Amino acid sequence: MNLALSDEQVFLREAARGALSRFKTLEAAREALDGDEQALPDLWPTACEAGWPGLLIGEQHGGAGLDAFDAMLVLGECGRVIAGVALLGHLPATAILDASTNAPMLEALATGEKRAAYLPVSPPGDVQQAWTVDPHSGIERPAAPAVSGSGDGATVSGTFAFVPDAPGAEVLVGVAIQDGKPVGVAVESGAQGVSVEAVERYDATRSLGHVKLENAPATVLDAPPEALAAAWHLAQALIAAESLGSVETALDVSVAYAKERFTFGRAIGSYQAVKHSLTEVLRNLENGRSLLYYAGWARNGSPEEFPLAASAARSVAGRALDDAARTMISVHGGIGETWEHDAPLYFRRAQLSRRLVGGTHGATDRVAGELLAQA
Amino acid sequence: MDLDDTPEQAAFRAQVRSWLEEHKAEAPVLQGPDAIKDEDEIIAARRAWQGKLAEGGLAGLTWPKEYGGQGLGPIEQVTANQEIARAKVPGILDAIGVGMLGPTIIAHGTDEQKSRYLAPLLHGDEVWCQLFSEPAAGSDLAAVQTRARLQDDGTWRLSGQKVWTTNAQFAAYGLLLARTDADVPKHKGLTMFIVPMDAEGVTIRGLRQISGEAEFNEVFFDDVALDADAVVGGVGNGWGTALTTLMFERVTIGLGSEGMGYNSTRFASALATDEAARRDPEVRHRLGEIAAELLAIRFTGYRTLTALQKGQVPGPEAGLAKVTLVSGAIKAGDLIADVLGPDALDEDSEWSYMISFLPGLKSAGGTEEILRNTIGERVLGLPPEPRLDKGIPFSELRSKEGAAA
Repeated sequence: MNLALSDEQVFLREAARGALSRFKTLEAAREALDGDEQALPDLWPTACEAGWPGLLIGEQHGGAGLDAFDAMLVLGECGRVIAGVALLGHLPATAILDASTNAPMLEALATGEKRAAYLPVSPPGDVQQAWTVDPHSGIERPAAPAVSGSGDGATVSGTFAFVPDAPGAEVLVGVAIQDGKPVGVAVESGAQGVSVEAVERYDATRSLGHVKLENAPATVLDAPPEALAAAWHLAQALIAAESLGSVETALDVSVAYAKERFTFGRAIGSYQAVKHSLTEVLRNLENGRSLLYYAGWARNGSPEEFPLAASAARSVAGRALDDAARTMISVHGGIGETWEHDAPLYFRRAQLSRRLVGGTHGATDRVAGELLAQA
Repeated sequence: MDLDDTPEQAAFRAQVRSWLEEHKAEAPVLQGPDAIKDEDEIIAARRAWQGKLAEGGLAGLTWPKEYGGQGLGPIEQVTANQEIARAKVPGILDAIGVGMLGPTIIAHGTDEQKSRYLAPLLHGDEVWCQLFSEPAAGSDLAAVQTRARLQDDGTWRLSGQKVWTTNAQFAAYGLLLARTDADVPKHKGLTMFIVPMDAEGVTIRGLRQISGEAEFNEVFFDDVALDADAVVGGVGNGWGTALTTLMFERVTIGLGSEGMGYNSTRFASALATDEAARRDPEVRHRLGEIAAELLAIRFTGYRTLTALQKGQVPGPEAGLAKVTLVSGAIKAGDLIADVLGPDALDEDSEWSYMISFLPGLKSAGGTEEILRNTIGERVLGLPPEPRLDKGIPFSELRSKEGAAA
């Protein structure tokens, strides 16, 4: 039994915290919401310096060959300071490419010279038996796009709404259906028939794009089907880790304020109503952390459990961040809802994150689906 | 990161498994058509089985060898519990005695007490009960009013009432927290005693619960005589001795929660046979939320084990897993009853019993409110609430409370 961080993992986490601390990410997030998009620091060079783009790419291709859990640790640090580092798009994409023998640009993606974005395609479940993509709006999930032709002449057509980190990515990697079977596809964003429309929505630190493919030339990857499904679940686990990082900060800031703010002659943190709501944030955080360990362990230790573990982590973490952000606002009283405070930034992050890549709601449903299917 | 046994743990597991394989036919049958029905026979059979487990080295694993234990760690205890569950045989009857009260005597008892009481406790020859809570002292345990008065000959006379006492109806001894000095602040005037449950003046009455069963008792003491050597840990040191017991209680609850059967797989199975339910978005959402949290505490348990293995002591935050476990099981019972309808409430249904049992479990071993206070103060470092009882002699406090009421 060993569910503790290795020395290397502690170092990875501390190094990430140190690297990100050089930027005023929260101030930048606020200024960007005010319309100054130049305010957001470009964190990709920092990511490249730290070796994050190659985290999940094998060493033979210049990557670090590390595991999902290591990637989750880095995302947790990004979440603590609401840093937009484009890893949520890049890492699941590189996981599919790394599982293929015919992946393009792997060396350049490992160094970060080029950037990839994952086109989220949800694997079948017990009720919904097709591969589907996130709808632009509503709850009906459209089917995954299909591949036309084959070999050098293969093309893919379809639309993907709210794709994390799509703007500026050189390669878009997703799943499409060829002859009734799911295959990995890689599309160069500069190719004919590819359009990426940048979208800003509620949380300026989150780079999103609507992606449209019209007979776009595609490399049909030879990644095994398990790797295609695992990329979706990896994205769930990464969002979970990032969200819990944000919960850590929200809790720290709220607790500090509850100790220093006095009413009726005593610190507000001494009142049970405040104390108990803060322990609820801690309870959710601890539950989420345990599920990150579950997902990190299952990825290699028990791959058939990875969908359940990653979905459970996403479900708990999504609710944890919503609760933490709302508690942060209420503990701070009126000041917590003002533009100058950091609480609104965590609140905005919570509301948008919970609706991306299948949503927290979808992850919760998959937890039930996985358990009912096994029962 | 792994969930595997170390080679030493694997060897220990194999040893436990082979012992159980060899002896499981001797275990009492408590479920199914051949189950023992008579309550007294069940207790007798479980006491005998505890004795066998103790002889096989499967009871009191963390007790030092000199007191009949194995001198092993909590990991081995958990391994043994897992193997006992796997063999589908009952565990020890006196989990409170072996897990909490015996260790308290080992920590604070005299040599005479250790040699007189520990071996029969471990082997199930003498079952023990914990006489701490009172009608007016639960969360605020140091407010106990059961009074022990010192006599001129050095013996004691005990009067008062205890409540929520599991196993009192067949216990030989109880570990009792009493007030011995009311003229000092309340934490200071307490003393721990060993009380023979068959002494004159002890009355035990079963307390029936929502399920209709009586799983614990109220115990009355009417001028019960106790010898001078009944004191554990010294006169006036009762609070410190009680904290030792409560620390072992936390470990016992923390390591035993998986064995309560409140897990996501069991709850999902109850719903999976209903085709409409398994496709219903609301049922799925509720199940998903409950199951995700229950899966989380399974891994919280593994994190706790990792810490124990590294020689670290689990902090009070481990208590949050109990909050999650109980609230998750309550929501699961609610969901299952919504799907199955009134049949879930049939007296013979496993769900009926669970639904009735859980509201009380919320307060057992520390109410949720007290747990959240402790965790808020010890883990998050939030200030305590102002207290009105600090530094005030207990007798004055009582008259103040009387005046306020």
